[in-house]
Amino acid sequence: MFTLTPLELEALRLSLRVGLWSVVVSLPLGILAAWLLARSRFPGKTLFNTLIHLPLVLPPVVVGYVLLVLFGKSGPIGTWLYDSFGVTVAFTWRGAAIASGVIAFPLMVRAIRLSLESVDRKLEAAARTLGARPWDVFATVTLPLILPGIITGVILSFIRGIGEFGATITFVSSIPGETRTLPLAIYNLLQTPGGEAGAIRLAVIAVVLAMAALIASELIARHVNRLNGHA
Amino acid sequence: MLEVAAKARLGSFSLDIQFEVEGGGITALFGRSGAGKTSTVNVIAGLRRPDSGRVALDGDVLFDSTAGIDVAPERRRIGYVFQEGRLFPHMTAAGNLAYGMRRIQAPDRSVSFDHVVDLLGLRGLLYRRPADLSGGEKQRVAVGRALLMSPRVLLMDEPLASLDAPRKGEILPFIERLREDLSIPVVYVSHVIEEIVRLADRMVLMSDGRVAAQGPVEEVMSRIDLQPLTGRYEAGAVVTALVSGYDRDYDLTHLTFAGGVMQIPGIEVPVGERLRIRIRARDVALSVTEPTGLSIRNVFAGTVTDVSVDGAFADLVVDVGTPIWARITARSLDELKLAPGARVFALVKSVAIDGRSLGRRGRPIERDI
Repeated sequence: MFTLTPLELEALRLSLRVGLWSVVVSLPLGILAAWLLARSRFPGKTLFNTLIHLPLVLPPVVVGYVLLVLFGKSGPIGTWLYDSFGVTVAFTWRGAAIASGVIAFPLMVRAIRLSLESVDRKLEAAARTLGARPWDVFATVTLPLILPGIITGVILSFIRGIGEFGATITFVSSIPGETRTLPLAIYNLLQTPGGEAGAIRLAVIAVVLAMAALIASELIARHVNRLNGHA
Repeated sequence: MLEVAAKARLGSFSLDIQFEVEGGGITALFGRSGAGKTSTVNVIAGLRRPDSGRVALDGDVLFDSTAGIDVAPERRRIGYVFQEGRLFPHMTAAGNLAYGMRRIQAPDRSVSFDHVVDLLGLRGLLYRRPADLSGGEKQRVAVGRALLMSPRVLLMDEPLASLDAPRKGEILPFIERLREDLSIPVVYVSHVIEEIVRLADRMVLMSDGRVAAQGPVEEVMSRIDLQPLTGRYEAGAVVTALVSGYDRDYDLTHLTFAGGVMQIPGIEVPVGERLRIRIRARDVALSVTEPTGLSIRNVFAGTVTDVSVDGAFADLVVDVGTPIWARITARSLDELKLAPGARVFALVKSVAIDGRSLGRRGRPIERDI
């Protein structure tokens, strides 16, 4: 049987925690960004779009370095977080979640934006004539209709987030039990003499996790689509 | 009373309209595609903001460009049935129906859920999703959804346009029942003259973003100067007639109208009912002498009041007590020396009975006479 060693379990749990938190925090921001890109016009929109997609094309190491500069103990955001809330993110699992979230953000925004753009805005107009205020329309018409896109975006960014390596190791290093997620643990084992067998076991876990997430996303999206009345 | 005055510009199209809808009943907004009908109802609903103008409903100002008033669509309480239904695909029919109803205060609800469900025959559809409804069923749900918000005015934008003829026949009776059942004024948009003659009490005729005419359907439809707008082939006068008798021996129904008594093959309408009939110009022939030895039984004496020539054809308005139209060739016009003031006999070959009480079931009836 395939039983996990305490170290493997720790890396898996940490990965899931980092992935979940990164998704939970970035989802509202992702919906907001997707909304701005799909629905509104404002000066600097092109720049905004570029900024959001930057993590997709930048070397992850660069993203990690930028995060370190901004969120580090003496960085502007890092100092503010510590002074206001007593929260440190550099070299903690929270930092790992931020790195994952930032790297995966473009994927989430893209998926939600695409589904937002495919929503028939005439349905929203119909809802308004029926007495629904804009927020009400969003909650009862728009949101249910873009749910498949949200689910796709969440799962994609979750998988991408738990696979994050470059930005994470640059920003929060590889601290066992704190920031050493699955990919970091695999890398660490590969650097250790005789660690290859352990690396393979972790790689299998990573593959299983990714496949499970993809299948779940597909099943949920299909179910939601059926609820939304698409064949 | 609904007062609408609006100016708007969109690319090369400009809208410049002013009309009023008084009291209950159905007011048709008629015109070709591109005449600005949908833009007009969107202005009323608040979905399109005109550049300038004023929209008021029973004295309640909904839009006024000079006063800077623009009431949001959700606060206008104007029901809107869209051409494409626009049902929410993620809700059941019941969810769609209740959507607007839930969003108004209980004291403002003048229409009950069960009443609408029964009126529109929706009982069996309640738990189906729009994807599982036919086109006609979808439109019935859409009508119900708009009614259940207890609207102050109901806008219907070509609600039958996306349906085939049998489906249309299925929905029309429901719309007719609305008029009798609920006292909500309806603005009904259509480019199909038969629908309007059947349903509407008044009409606003639109062309190129302007109001060309407005008034009672009979009056607007009988104006020959509007004929290019109301349609050539189907051109004709709309006349209200009373079923005054029935000749059992020959199965003939007698219709009394302002021009006299018309006999048509028997129709199943009780004596005393009022009908609206359409006498198409192409079904009326003219004679300058009193015809004898004819098979046509319906001959009415009258005076030519208006002539308009267009190519090979001439359209004449003949006042036989009420204006009716005749279409003859331009050559006949010259040979018979017909001009305004000429005494003629109008020979009516056929009438179309577009409904009212008769139309409640089935489609309009045609009678050759």
